[in-house]
Amino acid sequence: MVLVFSDDKKLTLEMLSKGSELAKELGKKLTAVVIGKNDDALAKEYIAHGADKVFVAETDIKSFKAEEYTELLENVIKETGAETVLIGSNKNGKELAPRLAGRLNTGCVADCTNLYLKDKKLTTERIVYSGNAIAVEQFNSKPQIATVPSKVFDPLPKDDKRTGDVVKKKFDVEKSASKILKIQEMKSEGVNVEDAEIIVSCGRGFKNKDDIKLVDDLAEVLKGRTVGCSRPIAADLKWLAEEHWIGLSGRKVKPKLYIAAGISGQIQHIAGMRDSGVIVAINKDPEALIFKSADYGIVGDLYEILPKLTNAVKEKMG
Amino acid sequence: MNIIVCAKQVVDVSEMKVDSSTKKPILQGVPQKISDIDKNAMEEAIKIKDKHGGKITVLTVGPADAKERIKELLAMGADEGILVPYPDKYDYHVVSTLLTEAIKKIGEYDIILCGEASIDLFSGQIGPRLAGLLNIPQITYAQSVNAEKDKITADRNMGDKSVTTESSYPVLITVTKEINEPRLPSLMQILGAANKPINDWTAESLADGLNPKIDAVELNGVSMERKNIIYKDDVDESVKNLVDSLAKEGVLR
Repeated sequence: MVLVFSDDKKLTLEMLSKGSELAKELGKKLTAVVIGKNDDALAKEYIAHGADKVFVAETDIKSFKAEEYTELLENVIKETGAETVLIGSNKNGKELAPRLAGRLNTGCVADCTNLYLKDKKLTTERIVYSGNAIAVEQFNSKPQIATVPSKVFDPLPKDDKRTGDVVKKKFDVEKSASKILKIQEMKSEGVNVEDAEIIVSCGRGFKNKDDIKLVDDLAEVLKGRTVGCSRPIAADLKWLAEEHWIGLSGRKVKPKLYIAAGISGQIQHIAGMRDSGVIVAINKDPEALIFKSADYGIVGDLYEILPKLTNAVKEKMG
Repeated sequence: MNIIVCAKQVVDVSEMKVDSSTKKPILQGVPQKISDIDKNAMEEAIKIKDKHGGKITVLTVGPADAKERIKELLAMGADEGILVPYPDKYDYHVVSTLLTEAIKKIGEYDIILCGEASIDLFSGQIGPRLAGLLNIPQITYAQSVNAEKDKITADRNMGDKSVTTESSYPVLITVTKEINEPRLPSLMQILGAANKPINDWTAESLADGLNPKIDAVELNGVSMERKNIIYKDDVDESVKNLVDSLAKEGVLR
């Protein structure tokens, strides 16, 4: 049995696509796990997208807690005898999967960018060393747990003719000693750097929050209208919301054109933008690391260059 | 308050290169350091100790030369170090089991602190695995913590939301890079660290016959080949050249 679980529906659909391919090759069934209340519409959708079965672990738990979700999944794995478990690698999944692997004393590979069978063994690929290398690894025992980030696999087309069982079971789990006191939504501006075609990013080279307008202006004439930033701008100075943050712990992007202004080019930032089409760097330090990762660069003062670049682009594009 | 900080020695990723002919990353000779976020965990441990007193133990599973790195953490403010040398073959299952057995051998602890992930492989497995193996609560991605006498509260960075969680002791906490700015030890502290104990515990004495559940097949380099055309003369000229180049690339549409 191949199990797929994420509390994010989109990510579950993406994993069902890969999961059904693996299940077919292994000659096993594919089961989507839902934790919480039974939801017929959701179960139908999972089946239409490749699940043979939906297993609903019924619980009254309202908010995600790794301790409790781990115990629920442990029960589901015991109940179903699942040997392969795919977990969505969002923030919840990333702390759930290794705890589960610890409880089961089993192998786990995080953030797989590819999964396949080689010599009948589940084989994984993942990006390591800040994007400098891809590690290929193989499970040698079961159960085997892999986490999958969003947008790695495309969901299967919906097939409403598919049918499958929905199994419900309630498990009693031990209450965690931890308690959620408050959940605060971060304010969102609806920016989606991951889908942007052109991104202009700012970094520590900017002296004031208001100066980010220079980046805004260039993004506007480039018709990209998307502003990104490196860690200090979002995490330390909080001049921009975290959804603008591009890097290893921020978002990973691959626009056609990426312009980095006033960004030194720490490897953690590069890891977030290295797959961009054309990379341009603007920095006053000729030794800045960013130039090594750039196709084009201008050495100089961004306060002088950005307005001139904005005008020149405007003229060129007519 | 007894605090255990789990720290990993990693290669300095910014110094890594990819062999242009074999396309394999070159790991030999790359400088080693304590994973950045583990230093944030160390700094937070010191802050908690300053407030409540107690003892900080640094625990590392790593190569023999990791001792030099542990000394840096002793200089920052840890009281004692423990180094468990890597067994011949290891994966997250092996390392987390060794850490767990070492923690059990240490005995009393209130807080285990880890970085949210190590900067080399960035799996983020060790913290949650340890919490699972020890069957204690876990608070991950903490961006601020407040330790009180019999409970601890933390704000967790969940990307689109911030979740405030409270737990009794013992608890495992993983921290993000934003939680603090790790201190730089003074010369006196660096010299003083030489007198602090670093214990060697062998892997076999902690858990014999451990085998990895994951086998490494290969490591392939990803080379970052870029044009590296840099304009550094007159600004107007540079801007013009850049715009012309971008137009030729077809990205100005």
